[in-house]
Formats: sequence, structure tokens, C-alpha cells
Amino acid sequence: MGMRKVAVIGAGMTKFVRRAQETPKELSWEAAHMALESCEMTMDDIEAVCLGTAPDAFDGVHLNGEYLSDGAGAWRKPYMRSYVGGGTGVFVPIQGWYHIASGLFDVVMVVAEEKMSSYYPHAQAAFLTIFDHTTERPLKPNLLWIFALEMNRYMTTYGISKADIAQVAVQHKRNAADHPCALLGDANITLDDILNSEVLAWPVQRFDVSPVSDGAVAVILAAEHIAKRITDKPVWIEGVGWHLDTAYWTNRDLAYPRYVEYAARMAYDMAGIKEPRKEINIAEPYDPFDYKALHHLEGLQLAERGKAPELYSDGTASRTGNMPVCPSGGLLGVGNPIAAAGLMKIAELFWQLRGEAGARQVPGQPRRGLAQAWGDLMQVGTVVIMGR
Amino acid sequence: MQERVAIVGVGCTGFRSITPEQSYKEMVYEAAMRAYTDAGVDPRRDVESFVTVAEDFHEGTSIFDEYTPDQIGGALKPVHTITGDGLHGIATAYMLIRTGQFDIVAIEGHSKASNIKTLSEVTAYAQDPVLNRPLKLNSHFIAGLEMNRYLFETGTSHEHCAAVVVKNRYNALNNPFAPYGADLTIEDVLSGSMLSWPLGKRETAEHSDGAILMVLASEDKASYLTDKPIWILGAGWNNDSAALENRDWAHAIYAEEAARMAYRQAGINNPLEAIDIAEVDDTYAYKELQALEALGFCREGEAGILTVEGFTSPDSGLPVNVSGGSLGMGNLLEANGLARAYEIVLQLRGEAGARQVEDVNIGLAQSWRGVPSSSGAVLILAN
Amino acid sequence: MTAKIKEFPGISLNEQDFVDGKILYNFDKLNGLYAWDTGVGIGSYLASLKNGVILGSHCNTCRKVVVPPRTICEWCFRPMDEFVPLKDTGIVNTFSLCYVTWDVKRIIDPEIPAVIDIDGASPMHGIMHMLGEVDPKEVKIGMRVQAVWKPAKKRQGSINDILYFKPIKEE
Repeated sequence: MGMRKVAVIGAGMTKFVRRAQETPKELSWEAAHMALESCEMTMDDIEAVCLGTAPDAFDGVHLNGEYLSDGAGAWRKPYMRSYVGGGTGVFVPIQGWYHIASGLFDVVMVVAEEKMSSYYPHAQAAFLTIFDHTTERPLKPNLLWIFALEMNRYMTTYGISKADIAQVAVQHKRNAADHPCALLGDANITLDDILNSEVLAWPVQRFDVSPVSDGAVAVILAAEHIAKRITDKPVWIEGVGWHLDTAYWTNRDLAYPRYVEYAARMAYDMAGIKEPRKEINIAEPYDPFDYKALHHLEGLQLAERGKAPELYSDGTASRTGNMPVCPSGGLLGVGNPIAAAGLMKIAELFWQLRGEAGARQVPGQPRRGLAQAWGDLMQVGTVVIMGR
Repeated sequence: MQERVAIVGVGCTGFRSITPEQSYKEMVYEAAMRAYTDAGVDPRRDVESFVTVAEDFHEGTSIFDEYTPDQIGGALKPVHTITGDGLHGIATAYMLIRTGQFDIVAIEGHSKASNIKTLSEVTAYAQDPVLNRPLKLNSHFIAGLEMNRYLFETGTSHEHCAAVVVKNRYNALNNPFAPYGADLTIEDVLSGSMLSWPLGKRETAEHSDGAILMVLASEDKASYLTDKPIWILGAGWNNDSAALENRDWAHAIYAEEAARMAYRQAGINNPLEAIDIAEVDDTYAYKELQALEALGFCREGEAGILTVEGFTSPDSGLPVNVSGGSLGMGNLLEANGLARAYEIVLQLRGEAGARQVEDVNIGLAQSWRGVPSSSGAVLILAN
Repeated sequence: MTAKIKEFPGISLNEQDFVDGKILYNFDKLNGLYAWDTGVGIGSYLASLKNGVILGSHCNTCRKVVVPPRTICEWCFRPMDEFVPLKDTGIVNTFSLCYVTWDVKRIIDPEIPAVIDIDGASPMHGIMHMLGEVDPKEVKIGMRVQAVWKPAKKRQGSINDILYFKPIKEE
């Protein structure tokens, strides 16, 4: 095919906190600056900038992409911002990928930033406006509804219990205790802690959810000839995929995320992967709620439908298992600044595949990882496969 | 890597100040259906990826990309949204095809400005929340500041700006899609009320509604889909300072840099010689003059003189905004660049009817994202 | 990388700092008013709700009846063939018991949002609405429900013309 190879050569991130003192521009800068330092480059080396951030409503700035452009380093540079809801964090590196794979650029800065704490009184209220303005908003819907509706459908269709799901939250939060930027890491959390937490929108309980947070992550992508010059451990983007399902979500079966399957297939095809369960060494599915990790693992073809909980109960998904899932701690453990959380998974794979993940390191020199994000009205799947 | 990409299909609903009988989905479907028919493709079967340009606050819905796929044929297909102008969208589709992974990509943009009842407040919400918004000024003030400095530094006169309005709105009379065609004199323009001195109301484009979709294809596919492929010679885009406090107030640096990028790709050293027809930003009349200078068609301060002399009229040296521009077609929010590129495509195909300019082979479209941004893009097309 | 870096950027603020007046902030609110053109599809849906009927649309090619109605079929990418009045009964596809309002206030009696597959539409095609007149502990996926309408004179042509769906008592 003669497709240009693209690698991740640097990464940086801020802590994920409930409320950051830094302004959105400052958060972007911190992450971008750290990413540049990690591979000893400067903004002069960067040819284009791609930014991902969630809906403008959270930051309270219209044309938020323009507002953040200088914080992301896009002064007098080609700059674009993409969004696909929550899937943005894993989409924006795809955007960086096509900038380079197209041959127009050789080095691209990819930034994902989120400052949700600006929204008053609580960022959750902003989600009212994601629903259809005529057929749904008059019912005053709540973000928790769509998750709860999907979680209920998933549990009922496959006979999955709350305890099956809660083990995901336990494992991710414990993993996150080893992540220096984590907001919700807890080495001692137990299943009972999750199951006894306050019911928000049954079946969703408080500890099933990753709360809104502030944070930013940045990675640097480069074409092959540059990547080889900068580092002896480039992490290649081997496959990308994304799919957006119909907006009419009440006309779909919520028990299975088919859009994640199609996105995954697109990425597997590009990476030449025929047996994902054998060839993917680390999986970082999107986990804003614990059941979502399971839901997505099934969509990614890494588990049979309705059987993803077994990956956790039989140890496959633990850091020392056959296919570690969310060794970073995921969103449940590290935090949920929407777009930044997805890019955090890309950064995690970058560090893991280079053996630089410190206390979180997956043993056995993992070769290939998959990061996935999801968003919109149970609609979009974005997948990136990285490999050494 | 696929180097050559062409526009093989275009569809446009036309522009009107209000479109009460159609929801935005129905309006976009109309444009999409026309484009796919023009290209001879079935989006469900043939189009491999879709790009849309949209901003949440222009739709009144957060995460607006949720609502984009169905009406463009993208349900359960690779679709993503860019917060940019239509030309950023075309550049994105261009990059996607060049990766070699996709052969046919669609790009859509639309405006339902008539549905935004408090548009000036929404636009003001784009100003810096801490440093600028507390001043509680209508965003046109930024254009007023820029226009003042531009006139001061380049020696351009107010009459020069008015000449742009006269030309573009007269051109619009020949464009059945344009709602704001008029036969005005310079006096008519200058005697309108003041918006933000020196910017007058009649130098400011009104908004309109409409939708446009384009289909792009790789060289192999383009050759058998159409006998009039319009090739993308160059695509450039750039952002200058986001903060007002750091701006060069007289020059459209983002346009200079975007043009530089596009000219380099197209191998163009002398824009005036190479380009036969141009559609440039005229959200505010002075912007057209500023853009012509930034694009390298003339030196600083000359654009106004050339306009008054008729050099940029349809039948002269460099026809600019033969479509009527934003002043004639309306300010289409994110779809502005698409409307400009649409005109260039029609002209290069010889399908521009009463507006057809003779002997055009290379055309340029340029856009700006409007106040308070300093972001713009340039596209160079050839037949 | 993470093994080498000791300090990650990001300064965390807590709520008490705000209460104590230690943080400078400014407050702004958008007056965002929108009047969305409903168009033919949703316009017909709303007009039909005013008449106490849930409207769907039918695609000959897919042979599916969908709700809410639209003028084009997103799967075939061609116009829908006709509007189809549906029943106002259905089956609960999924539901939740929500103890938090959209603006994050705690409530004691839960709101019960649900997706209700409407009778007359194709399987797995429904709308989102609320359940009412039901004990939260009794709600089940698969439960049959019936729309409770506002009195005809009070209907405005809105999704709220249906107050909620209540369970159909089995004979």
C-alpha cells in the first residue's frame, strides 16, 4: 500500500484533578511543554498542531478551539481541532496520524485538554444540551440516564450482576494507585466499597462513575525518518479506526456497541491483526463507568458478548495476566477530563511499550497495545493500535 | 500515499435569510443528495469517510457531531467533525484520501444562523472570558479596530471598502443562490448606519442559511466518476494569535501563512499570474482588500485602488467574488469556505451560467473564521 | 518517563479555598436563545402528538417502521415512504431509577427514564420518555406500558403532551 509510517515519539501530561488552578491554556501548555521536553524538541520542530477538547459548554467559551490554540502551541502554525464527543481523546491522535500519513507534515503536536470545573454549579448539568433539543430535552434528561439505561440493558440482556461489574472499578482504582497523576487511585478499595456506594441512577452507583476532572495530555507524532532520528524506541501507530452510529439511539440495541466493533475491525485490518485476543498485549478500553470497560472489551472482539467479566474474574485482565486491561488505572482510577482521558491511554501505551511505566509496568515486554474511546449518545468508537 | 485528489461532486441548497420549512437535517440531506447525484455515488456503499464542520454554539447543541451522520449517509460509518471552516474540512478530506486508506470522502457544512436568536451574544461568548468579555462589547468592535488600523497603515480609504460592497452585491444579482444581490452606489454604502466606527453596517455581511456537501476522490476513482474532476493543487491553513492583545491589527497573517503553504504545494511563485479567479473572505468589506494583499495578489495598499479601477470585476484582470461573496450570499458561519469553493468548482467546470468567467483554469478560495478568531484557510483548485 | 519524572504539573484547588475567598474568579452566563426549525419530519411528529397520536415513518426498502419519524431513511439514504400512526402502548426496553436531577440535586422519589419500544414500530424502535404511576421496585425490562396524555386542550405539540407511560395491568 505504501502508507507512510507514523510513530509516537514523546508524551506529557498534567495531574488529573477535580479543580485545577491552571487556566485551560495553561493546562494545554503544561502538557505540550512536557511532551516536547520528553523528546528534546521545541515548538520550532512542530509543523502542525491538532487539539481535542470536549464540548465548548464546559469551558464556557464559544470557539473554544480557537481560544486554546495558543496554549497548544499553534501560533502561526496550521491548527485544527476535531471532536467526536468522548471519543475525542483517541480520535485526536488519529487526526495527527492522517496529518502525517497524508505526506503534508512530518511532525505534529497532539493535545487534548479539559477543564470541566469551570461549569457552574456542576459540569454534569451541561450534558443536558447533548440531547435532541425537540424530542428529548423537554424531559430534562440527565447524563446519568443514558449510562444507566445502557448499563441496565447490558446487565439484563446477558445476566451480568453488579458484583461482576464492580470488580472492574476495584481493579482500575487499585492500578491507578501507581499512577502519579491519578485522582482516584486507591490501593485498598474493595468490592463492598463499590457496591455500598450511593445509588445515583440505578443501576449506576457513585463508585461506578469516574467524576468530572481537569487535565491535559499531549503526544508528539512523527514520520518514520524523523522518529528514527529522535529516539531508538519509537512506538508505531499500526492501525486506526473510527465509526459513528446513527443519532437515533432509541432505535438501537444498547446491549452491544457495534460501532466499537466496526472501529476495531478498521484498525485491526490496517494493522494486519487477525486474532486480536492473541495479538493485543495490552488493552486500554474507555472506562468512564465500570460496565463500559466490559461493554467495550466485547465490542473490541477481545471477549465474547456477555463474557467480558470473566477476563477480570480469571485474572486475564490484571497487570500480570495474559491481556492486562487498563494498567494505567483507566478513567475510573486516573480521572475523567473527557478528551484528555482518552489521550492519557495513548500516553500510557507509549510508556508501557517502551518499558517506562514504572510501578505500572506490564511485565514481559509487551509489543502491541490498543486504546479505545467512546462518546456521543452511545454512538462513536475510536480505536488506535500501537506497537513496537 | 495518494498524491492527487479531486472534487468530483458538489451539492448546494442555495442560501436564504430564513429556511423555516426545513430542519437542519432536512436541509443538509438536500445538499447531500444533490452532491452524491452529481458525483454518481451511493454514500451508503461508496463513500468511505465523512467530515463535517460545525460548532456547538451555532447549533444550540453540545457534542453536535452526534447529529451529523444520518443526513449525509454516514450512519455507522467513519464520520468525524472539525471545528473549522469548510475549507479546513476540505483540507481534512484531502489529507484522509492522501493517506491511501480512503478513496472517496464527503465533506459537509451548513448554516442555520436564522435559528440562533441571540447570535451576537453567542459570538461574544467566543471572546476571552477574563480579559475581553467583561468589556461587554459587541464582537464587531474587533473588526472595527482591525479596519481602522488597516486603513491607517495601508492608506486604503473608506471609499475603497465601499467599492467592494458595490461590486460583490452587484455580482450577487447574477447568482440565483444569493439572497442579498443589490445595485448600490458607493454613497449608498457609506450612508448606512455605523456599526463600530469605522465599520459601517452596510459593509458587514448579513447571515443566511444553507447547506453544502462536496465529494472528494482519489485520482483513480476520480477519473471514472467524472469527466470534469477539479484537482486540489494546494491546501493551506493557519492560526495567528488567539489573544487580541498579541495581534498584528493591520495584516491578515493567518491568510499570508495559509497561502504560503498552499502556494508551495501548488508550485505557485507568482499568484497574480497563476490564479485566474478568486473567492476571498469578505465578511466585512475591508477584509476582501486585506485578503487580496495577504494572498500576494498585490502590494499593501493597492487592493483598494485595484477594486475601484475595476481590476477585480468579473470581466477584468482577476475576478474576485464573482459569486457575490458573503456580502451577496450571506455569512454562512462554518459553511463560508464551502460556498467559496463551490463557486470556484462551478467556474472551473464551466457550469457557472450567467456568472461564467472565460478561460479559467486555476482558482483560489480563501476563508476566515470570523471574529474573534484569527484562523483561516486557502484552497487552490484546477481543472 | 514516569519512572524519571517526580513532579507532574497541575495544581489542585479545593472547594474551601473558594469559600475562604482565596481564589480569584469571574462569573459569566450565556444568554443562548435558539428557535430550531422543526421541519417536516419532527413538525409532523409534534403536530401528531397534539392530536394524541404517536407518529412513525415507514421505509419500503428496509421494510421498517421507525419512530420518531423522519423524512429520510438513514440506512437507505432515500426518502421515507409514508408517515404511520402508531399505538400509544409499548414495551420497556430499558429503564433507570434516577435519584439526581439534571442540575445535580438529590431527590427522594426517583425519576424513571426509560426507552419504550412503541407498538406498531419495528422491534427495538422506540422513544425515550418517563415512567409514572408505578412502584420503582416493580419496573422490569419487558414490562408493557401505556401512554398517559395531557388533556387535549392543554397539549401544545411537544413530547411533554405525553405526561408519562404507566404499566398496563395484566388481566
